[in-house]
Amino acid sequence: MAAAYFLSRSASTLAAFLLLSFGSVASQVEDQAEQFFRSGHTNNWAVLVCTSRFWFNYRHVANTLSVYRSVKRLGIPDSHIVLMLADDMACNARNPKPATVFSHKNMELNVYGDDVEVDYRSYEVTVENFLRVLTGRIPPSTPRSKCLLSDDRSNILIYMTGHGGNGFLKFQDSEEITNIELADAFEQMWQKRRYNELLFIIDTCQGASMYERFYSPNIMALASSQVGEDSLSHQPDPAIGVHLMDRYTFYVLEFLEEINPASQTNMNDLFQVCPKSLCVSTPGHRTDLFQRDPKNVLITDFFGSVRKVEITTETVSLQQDSEITESSYKEDQMEEELMEPLKYAEQLPVAQIIHQKPKLKDWHPPGGFILGLWALIIMVFFKTYGIKHMKFIF
Amino acid sequence: MAAAGSPGAAATDLEVVRGKRAALFFAAVAIVLGLPLWWKTTETYRAPLPYSQISGLNALQLRLMVPVTVVFTRDSVPLDDQGKLPFTVVHEREIPLKYKMKIKCRFQKTYRRALDHEEEALSLGNVQEAEAVLAQPKEQPEGSLTVYVISEHSSLLPQDMMSYIGPERTAVVRGIMHREAFNIIGRRIIQVAQTMSLTEDVLAAALADHLPEDKWSSDKRRPLKSSLGSSAASLYPVLNFLLYVPELAHSPLYIQDKDGAPVATNAFHSPRWGGIMVYNVDPKAYNASERPVRVEVDVVKVMEVFLAQLRLLFGIAHPQVPPKCLLSGLKSEGLMTWELDRLLWARSVENLATATTTLTSLAQLLGKISNIVIKDGVASEVYRAVAAVQKAAEELASGHLSSAFTASQEAVTSSERAFFDPSLLHLLYFPDDQKFAVYIPLFLPMTVPILLSLVKIFLETRKSWKKPEKID
Repeated sequence: MAAAYFLSRSASTLAAFLLLSFGSVASQVEDQAEQFFRSGHTNNWAVLVCTSRFWFNYRHVANTLSVYRSVKRLGIPDSHIVLMLADDMACNARNPKPATVFSHKNMELNVYGDDVEVDYRSYEVTVENFLRVLTGRIPPSTPRSKCLLSDDRSNILIYMTGHGGNGFLKFQDSEEITNIELADAFEQMWQKRRYNELLFIIDTCQGASMYERFYSPNIMALASSQVGEDSLSHQPDPAIGVHLMDRYTFYVLEFLEEINPASQTNMNDLFQVCPKSLCVSTPGHRTDLFQRDPKNVLITDFFGSVRKVEITTETVSLQQDSEITESSYKEDQMEEELMEPLKYAEQLPVAQIIHQKPKLKDWHPPGGFILGLWALIIMVFFKTYGIKHMKFIF
Repeated sequence: MAAAGSPGAAATDLEVVRGKRAALFFAAVAIVLGLPLWWKTTETYRAPLPYSQISGLNALQLRLMVPVTVVFTRDSVPLDDQGKLPFTVVHEREIPLKYKMKIKCRFQKTYRRALDHEEEALSLGNVQEAEAVLAQPKEQPEGSLTVYVISEHSSLLPQDMMSYIGPERTAVVRGIMHREAFNIIGRRIIQVAQTMSLTEDVLAAALADHLPEDKWSSDKRRPLKSSLGSSAASLYPVLNFLLYVPELAHSPLYIQDKDGAPVATNAFHSPRWGGIMVYNVDPKAYNASERPVRVEVDVVKVMEVFLAQLRLLFGIAHPQVPPKCLLSGLKSEGLMTWELDRLLWARSVENLATATTTLTSLAQLLGKISNIVIKDGVASEVYRAVAAVQKAAEELASGHLSSAFTASQEAVTSSERAFFDPSLLHLLYFPDDQKFAVYIPLFLPMTVPILLSLVKIFLETRKSWKKPEKID
């Protein structure tokens, strides 16, 4: 048996040597190709945040849901997407088409659909929850779908949209997150190696101010407008009555529609999306913290979930002990026949419930008591100040 | 202000002086008492942390000790050498790694003579029988090894083999009748012991995520690091093994490698996820007339592949055996006991590296970001983590692998718990520039009169000092 193992080892080393020798000529090209592909990540995550609520901010929800659809289409599963939405559009009383959120006029595409999984909805979308998700400092009882379980080989896409200003982003009309806090949160993520590379996209007014303060490595940022500029919305829909999408995200989505999981499109193309003629604002980007050249970064590195695999070339030789396997199989079969039918355990003490004594009701003062009290108060009032004040009441 | 010598003026003088004193007293109380009180009550609560110990962890010198018991049979070494037994030899070398943590590997070889039952066992026909007799796996603690030295011409091993590595923590090495017997045998023992315990690649793979990028060369194949245990972030990490039986229309389905040849195992795996194997059903089985066709999957073949993938996903690579060394076949569990030891060594070192990095990151973050709160519970976790790292290092140096591993696990758990405690974000949303906006309306109405009166007093006193000079 030891000899067999030794032989198989030598055979595999011989095979490997042959493969290597065949591949040595093409190895240079392959090395280059490998380097081109090598982003070092083994899994993808996405954190999509819509920071607005209320009906007139329909477009922000449509933005986020459209990005959610694209990211799902390109392969990132729901378990790896943290979606934070106010989620008050689809079932809003003002929605003429309930249970839908459209991203394009003429109601072409319903981005709400049947299978949207919102992780943080309504009032759970707060600055605190967002920062807790990013830094991982969540209470231990948080369900798994609400956590960002990334590791040092995760590429994370963070998309934020809403109303913003110079250096801050408004959350649900009641709080703000500043660019310093965001930068600190990313630094905390970096210190704990919670990401391999991070792509930050923001579609708000003065969006570029949010990525000004980043100082952690491996972050690439895109924004829809520069400081001092407003990001504009795309088109209103007369049937629904609100603007359906923002310009920048609209054109980013048009761009993403052409990407499939095998595309080789790189980030430089994404930077060209939505020039000033179409967007009216000037989109910006920041790549100085990113180690790789953007032209070597594939779109699918962040928007898709391309997994690295390796071919298994080895096996472990097992001794087949047929007697044991056959007898255990027979045992399983016999056990199945002998099992009793299952039934519910005795949980409810039915006997006790049937013969219950009537419950003693709590004592309430008689109903007219409150009325009487008020009458007393009014009487005392008018005794003190005189009856003439009654005219103000009657 | 200049008194004209009337009683009214003298009275106002007194008042003015009193006024000045009062203003000075106000200012004194505000600055001496008020300012420090405000500072103390508004600083973020930070329980004291052992910063110096944490920075000391970075320069930790790890010494990994492998206790090796070397048993000499009667004819293995010359007689006069045999007379020197028993004694202990220590072989220590530093593992070159570009990492702050320096690692020294120490093999402590205890030489002794063979006992009678060992002599009997080692004179049996082949090495498997000998092992079966000598087998005492439970008595040997993790991390330790036993090497038996047999005579040069013994028939226990095949003639051309110089050493043998068994599935448990035992090995057999041929002795030599030579003047420098101990040195030569010692080198052979070290080679075998290194294969079974610690080599540079084991530690390099363990610390792969902590080493800087340029350490890797493009031709050395990067070992598949799954590090299932080290990602504290994921709850209950799962490994998936998928057996795919393609439907008749797609059978047989082969996986080809980059040269187009079908892969023997027909399987591939993905780091940190699991493995997938494609099982092609024998086409003759489809000729049966009755439907549905019952197909028996050859589970042994499938499990061979899955076990190999499991080993790769755990990071158990094939060891580099020394030349002329016979490696025993795998046990039925699919794992040799010393491979488990290698995993334990790697994990202990990795856990210590992770814990040190986490603690250092926490200390750095506290320096950079001023509104992180450290409560007492978090501080005690940090102290516990530091103590556990130091204990693990001690246990590794004394060769107790299992207690070192437990201590390293505790270090990692405590440090992660401290870093990811939700209370650290207690003072969220209180950036420094907004503190300004909070305190200015409180302090400005108070400080402006004080400052102005101080300025006034100062100018007056200066004038009064100058005035006598002028007169004189």
